[in-house]
Parts: sequence; structure tokens; C-alpha cells
Amino acid sequence: MQKQRLVLIGNGMAGIRTLEEILKHDKDRYEITVIGDEPWGNYNRIQLSPILAGEQKLKDIILNDLDWYAEHGVRLVKGCAATRIDRERREVHTAASEAIAYDKLLIATGSRPFMLPVPGAELDGVIGFRDIKDTEKMIVAAALHRHAVVIGGGLLGLEAAHGLKLRGMDVTVIHLGDWLLNRQLDETAGRLLEKSLAERGLKLKLGAKTQALVGENGHVTGVRLESGELIPADLVVMAVGIVPNADLAREAGIEVSNGIVVDDTLATSDEHVYAVGECVNHRGVSYGLVAPLFEMAKVLGNQLGGCGKQRYTGTTTSTKLKVTGIDLFSAGEFMGGENCDEIVLSDPAGGVYKRLIVRDNKLVGACLYGDTSDGAWYFQLLRQERDLADLRSQLLFGPPRDLGDHGTSGASRAAALPDDAEICGCNGVTKGVLVKAIKEKGLFTVDDVKKHTKAGASCGSCTGLVEQVLMSTVGSSFQDAPKRKSLCGCTDHTHGEVREAIREQHLVTLADTMKALHWKTPDGCPTCRPALNYYLISTWPGEAKDDPQARLVNERVHANVQKDSTFSVIPRMWGGVTSPAELRKIADVADKFNVKMVKVTGGQRLDLLGVKKEDLPQMWRELDMPCGMGYAKGLRTVKTCVGKQFCRFGTQDSTGMGIALEKAFDRMWAPHKVKLAVSGCPRNCAEAGIKDVGIIAVDSGWEIYIGGNGGIKTEVAEFFTKVKTEEEVLEYSGAVLQLYREEAYYLERTVHYMGRVGLDYIKSKVLEDATNRKALWARLQLALAGEPDPWQAQLGADAAARFTDLTV
Amino acid sequence: MSADKNQWQSICKLDDIPAQGARVVKREGKTDIALFRTLDNRVFALDDHCPHKGGALSHGLVYGDTVACPLHNFKISLQTGQAQAPDEGHTPCHKVELRDDTVWLAVD
Repeated sequence: MQKQRLVLIGNGMAGIRTLEEILKHDKDRYEITVIGDEPWGNYNRIQLSPILAGEQKLKDIILNDLDWYAEHGVRLVKGCAATRIDRERREVHTAASEAIAYDKLLIATGSRPFMLPVPGAELDGVIGFRDIKDTEKMIVAAALHRHAVVIGGGLLGLEAAHGLKLRGMDVTVIHLGDWLLNRQLDETAGRLLEKSLAERGLKLKLGAKTQALVGENGHVTGVRLESGELIPADLVVMAVGIVPNADLAREAGIEVSNGIVVDDTLATSDEHVYAVGECVNHRGVSYGLVAPLFEMAKVLGNQLGGCGKQRYTGTTTSTKLKVTGIDLFSAGEFMGGENCDEIVLSDPAGGVYKRLIVRDNKLVGACLYGDTSDGAWYFQLLRQERDLADLRSQLLFGPPRDLGDHGTSGASRAAALPDDAEICGCNGVTKGVLVKAIKEKGLFTVDDVKKHTKAGASCGSCTGLVEQVLMSTVGSSFQDAPKRKSLCGCTDHTHGEVREAIREQHLVTLADTMKALHWKTPDGCPTCRPALNYYLISTWPGEAKDDPQARLVNERVHANVQKDSTFSVIPRMWGGVTSPAELRKIADVADKFNVKMVKVTGGQRLDLLGVKKEDLPQMWRELDMPCGMGYAKGLRTVKTCVGKQFCRFGTQDSTGMGIALEKAFDRMWAPHKVKLAVSGCPRNCAEAGIKDVGIIAVDSGWEIYIGGNGGIKTEVAEFFTKVKTEEEVLEYSGAVLQLYREEAYYLERTVHYMGRVGLDYIKSKVLEDATNRKALWARLQLALAGEPDPWQAQLGADAAARFTDLTV
Repeated sequence: MSADKNQWQSICKLDDIPAQGARVVKREGKTDIALFRTLDNRVFALDDHCPHKGGALSHGLVYGDTVACPLHNFKISLQTGQAQAPDEGHTPCHKVELRDDTVWLAVD
């Protein structure tokens, strides 16, 4: 089959990134031609400021050298502009009079500096700051001349001014706004920045409007302000904004409104033509930062790479000024507005200012000056739209300092950690090792870091921290961590999207789900198969069939695999209560099958360790007890104290309540393991405060706590409600668990689910809406009604193929 | 169909191995062999021993032509026995064939 011809106009970061995404999926799909008017390979435009400042060399910022194009069979037409698009013949014409035919055309022509239309703008010595050529001009000018004027006190203007100052020029910044960076900072932070830049010798004219540029012999000599003031200038850098390069598209009759208009699939008004990067207008927005470009590239790359259509829905951006020694950070709606709360810390003398904007208990904006070490964390909270209930009182002071107990999602101040700080406790990976791997191997995503270092690859509790180390190592320019995390490498859909599709499209098998959602692999991977299987059986109980081959070994053989590949067997002991007869039976079975150890578990039952796989079915038969699901992402145990039946402090029958709960929720699969406890009084001997659902009896009824966790990182359960009767305990607990079963992502514990949706949300669904509560509880009961005992279900005719070996 | 000093033996029917699963073949005094069956009914034979910590690969999850070790998620190619980069290690492979619906293994 003849390859399709893909032509890319624009040899810059957005276009080449899109090609890289396409090639990742399918390296043979297209015959690719790139037309670029600059004479080199794709380089990192963001790093031009450090080059001007003398902090980096040109060769350091080349992203794709000419070998890259050759290796990937990409033809590069360099140093040659595209001059015309002929949509009827599907050809692009170049300045070298070549006509290059395309089946698909990608326009990524970027933007150009907006040149103020004032008299004298055409004089020599008046430039923008966009490419290598401009940077070289500035470096030469700095060596020959004295006076520079930068028009525009935005990010780019200040970086240019800073670089020229470092190169010995006398620099004046003319800014129309009342304070610097008024698109990124509020006035207070802007004033702090102004002070700091003035101390470095920059002259700043704020609220100043340029009237004309004056010159002699065709070369600029000065800038005249509307106030009449004349500022001498041998070099004028215009940095007042950018204009999308949309002329080619406009002339070809493609819809252009400021930028090239694209829809959420990055298609233009011509179905054969796509556009990405700074040249586009997406939902009325043109972006000038790198993160959105990369997100667009990913969406379009997937689509052109044959991995299904996705939507680009816009990007929340954050900014940072690349001026060494000045720390500022802003993201989102940093100015606040209606219905917003502001949390502010202001220490002008100390040069520190932090302003956080909160709406509906979620972080929507942040503006930091002087101390930006928590910027990445705030940005993470903002993109995750995380509920702030548990963080709000401490929010201004950064993430909880919980390194000692291997902090979870919130993570910590990665940048400030010493190199020998242990980031991943499971695999003993220190920050130094991470940073080295990130730098040497050029890692850009958390997944890559996991694969190479194993950090975060086991229990995963340090993932947030790993992400922060990554961010602080590769810098904010490359915040590649997507706000949407795909379920795994087999798909670009998120857990949420997959759950929704299964529900909306009534998908009941793994194969159908993978097909409907354009899975990139034939039968998934160890990450997605177990997740999909759970989503299917929890969404369509009784209808979707459990697929044992989509489960990891424990849930496939219904026992816990040990390091020597033997298994452990845990029968259920309702509420931790047993009997002499049951104990005798367990002892006999343990003897008969040569069990290596009998151990009391943390969940008040007995674990028989060292069992061979082929002995499992016979052991289950002889035990003749229910499966304890001690291996399961599902209901583990209900721990109880003795309660008022025996205990002199007991206020209620906690043992009986525990047994009732365990029987009600027996055989329940869930996104992750679920542990309950019932204590008979507030002394709480059953440790209900660290359970997914913890019940504490008081004289007048039962208190219900949710979202506790004893493992990885101890999380204290939140008080949920108080009820009077045992029936209510069942109904309320059942409804909470069913909500978790229906909405949580696979491998998300209750505490993390609660952190994501907020305790108030769970309350609104369960406490405030009685109809919904009863419906949830009914759905759980219905789902469990058809669920067989896992051990009994294994004893069928096909048990042999699963549990016995062959011989030669 | 000679395979050096190896002897071809019929081991079982294809359906004796669960699809996307594995079955163990015990050998006297030697490492067990795991027979794998992929979704598209290809059959592979590897030592039932992960190069990392010796986990039983037969307990792993089979996807594509790869098995993920149940102990620490090392991914081993069924074609080559090679651990997927960046992990390192190799598990010996054995010759195996599907003749009609019977699985034949070359054992030494």
C-alpha cells in the first residue's frame, strides 16, 4: 500500500513534537516532509533567553539534530519558506519553487512578535525576540552599543532586558501596564519584582506609552514617549505580544480569526489540513507557552498515528520567569474574582508574597513571589481540582511535611530535599539517583522515571514525590505531567473516561471495551486488564462475566502468592470470632497439608502459609469455610472488639455488628482492598479510626467514620455521621461503599477517592439524599446477591487445568 | 523434525492451557517449564523462573506475547525470554510446536 504523504509547514517545537507522537505509534504510516524557513533542526525556543543571558550555548538547545530527520526518514526542506498552499491540487509551494504534494497537511507556523505600528518601527536596530537570528543580533548589538530599550514588560521582554543587561548594556524597559508582568502577577507581586529588577540596574518606565522611534541614517537612536521624554537607544526590542502566523492559511482560504481556527480535534476548516501550536485559535484562545503546544501535539499525534480521535479541550498554564535569582510563579486565575476567596501571605521586607485563589473549596489560581518552592504542588492541586477540605488551613505553607511516613498524593518539597533523601522506600531509590537518571537518560514523564528507576513502581505512594522531583529537575518549561493521566500505555483514555464509556455504551466484555475505546494493544497489559475487569463487573453485575485471565495471580487462584511461589490461605472468621471446633479443623488441615506457618493476621483471623498451588482446591474442600478474600481488591475483614456482651466498658454489641457487616459485604469486589472495624466504645480497641469504614459505638448509637487507612501512609478516618440503629449502620456504610465501588478509579483507596471528590460530595450523595442512599444500598445488595463464594466457584470441572501441573 | 539432542514429546491439547494463561510441565530434577498460550493461540515454552527473583512465570499475566511476573512485574518476552528494558535478565526458552491441536515440546 502506498504511504500517505504528510507535509508539515513549520520546523518548530509544536510541529516536530506532533511528528514524534505520530512516529511513536506508527513509524511507517506516512512519507513525511518538513518545510522550515530556519536553516537548522528543531530547537528549544524557550531556551533563547538563557542563551542571551550567556547561561547556555546554541548547541545545548537543539532538540532534533539533522541526524534525527535522516534516521526517521523525514525529508527536511530547511532554510526555505512555504509560500503558498494549493488546496485543490493538495500541494505546498516553496520559496525554491518546488511543489510538494500532500494527503494530509499540518500547519505549525508558530507566531511572530507584534511590532508596534509607530513611526520609526522600520528603522535598523528595531527587532523582535523570536528566534536564533534575533538572539544573535542582540548579542552583537550588546558588544557594539550602549543603550537598549525593551518595549514590553512581559515575560519575554523582561528576559530580554535581563540578558542585555548582563551583556553590559544600559537597558530601559517601557511598559504600558501599571506594573510589570500584569498578565501574570497581581500588583503586589509586580511591585516586588519591580524593586528587585531596579536593584539589578534595569531602568523601568511603567504606565508609559511609546509615541515614536527616532533615528539617524536609517538606524534607530531613541524612543520617544507620549510624555515627551526621549530615551536614547541603539537597539530596540519589541516584546509587546505575538501574532499567530496565519497568513499562508488565510491566503489559501482556510478559516482564520486572528489564528488559524481549529476544533477540538485540531482540524481546520479544510478536512485535509490540521494546525497546532502558536499559530492556532482554539476556542478563541491562542497560546504562547510550551505546555499547551505539547498537549495539542499529543492529541493530534494520536489521531494521525491511528489511535482514535481525542479532544483537546484547552490547557491551564503556569508561568515562571527565566531570570536567574528571581523566583516568581503564577497559574490559573491569579487575580481572583467573583465568588473567590483569597489566602494571602505578604512579607514585603522579606521579599516573599503568596496569594492563592480558592473557589468552591478548590484552588483556581496562584501567584507566588520570592518563594516558589511549592509552585509545582499548587499547580498539581489546581489541575487535579482537588478538594481542599483537609488542606485549606495549612495550604499557604505548602504540602504536608510527611516525608517521614512516606507521604502520599500530597507529596513534599522535592526541590529542597538533599540528594540522599529516600524517595521510594519500597525500592530504596534516593533523590540523587532519580535526578541522575532523569538527566542522563533524558526522562520527561513519571512513567519513564518509574520504568528506569523503579521509584514509585511498587506501592506507588511516592508517585507525587517522584513527579515533583521530575518537575524540579527538568524545569517548569517542561511540565509534561499531563493534567489527564491515561489509564496505561495501551490507551490515552483516563480511568474516568473508561468508566464512563463502559456505563454509557453498555460495554460488558474486555474485548468490546478495548475495541470501542481503540486500545493500542491486542489484549491490554497487567495494568489495564485488571482495571477493566473490575469496571465491567462492578458496572454490570450479573451481566459482565468475570475474566480470571484479566486478574493478577492472587485473585486468579484466590490465595496470596508468597516470595517462593507458594500461597497462603485465609478462611473467613466472621468478625474475628471462631470456635474450638473450627480451630480443631484448621489445625487438622494445617497438619495434613504440611503448612509451614500458622499466623494470626492483623484482621483477626488465621493465615496458613506455604501451601502449594495444586493443594489449594483440596484444602478449601477440607476446610469447608468461606473464603476470607485476604488477597482481594475487595472486602477483607471486619475487625471487632468484644463489646458489651463481655466488656465492662462496652456500650453496644460491637462483635454482633461486625459480624452483620461482614456478612452483608461478603464477596464484595472493590477498586482496592476494603477494611472495616467496629469498636464497642470510644476507647476504640478495634482501631476503627484507620479503616475504610470504621464504626464506634456510643451509648446513644453508632458513629460512622470513613476514609481511614493503616497502610503505606496512616490516614485517620473522617467522621461521617452518627446513626441510631444497626440497620442504619448497614445502610449508610453500604451506600458509602457502593458509591466508592461505582466511582473510584481502580487501585484508589477510599482515602484517595475521598481526597479527589471531597467528603462533602460523599455526604451529599449519602446523607443529604435519602433516596439516593437507599438506591446505592439496594444496588450493592443486588450486586452481592449473585456473587458466589470464590473458593466454591473454583471447585468446578475445569479446576484441573488451573491448579494441577503436567509432567513429561 | 530433529532438534539436536532434544526429543519431541506430545504434552497436552491446546485447550488444556487456558487462553491468555499458562500451564506448568514438571520435569524430574530440572526446572519446571511453563507453557504459555496467547490470545491468538500461539504457544511458547519458557523455564518457569523469573530471572529477577525466581518468581513462577506461569502465575503471571499473559498479554500480547509477553508475561508479567507475579512477584515484581518484570515483563518477559515469550518469544525470546528477554526481560523488557529497562529491566535486565533472561529466561531460557524451549522449543514448542502446535501440531493440529496438540502441543509438542522438545525436551532434553
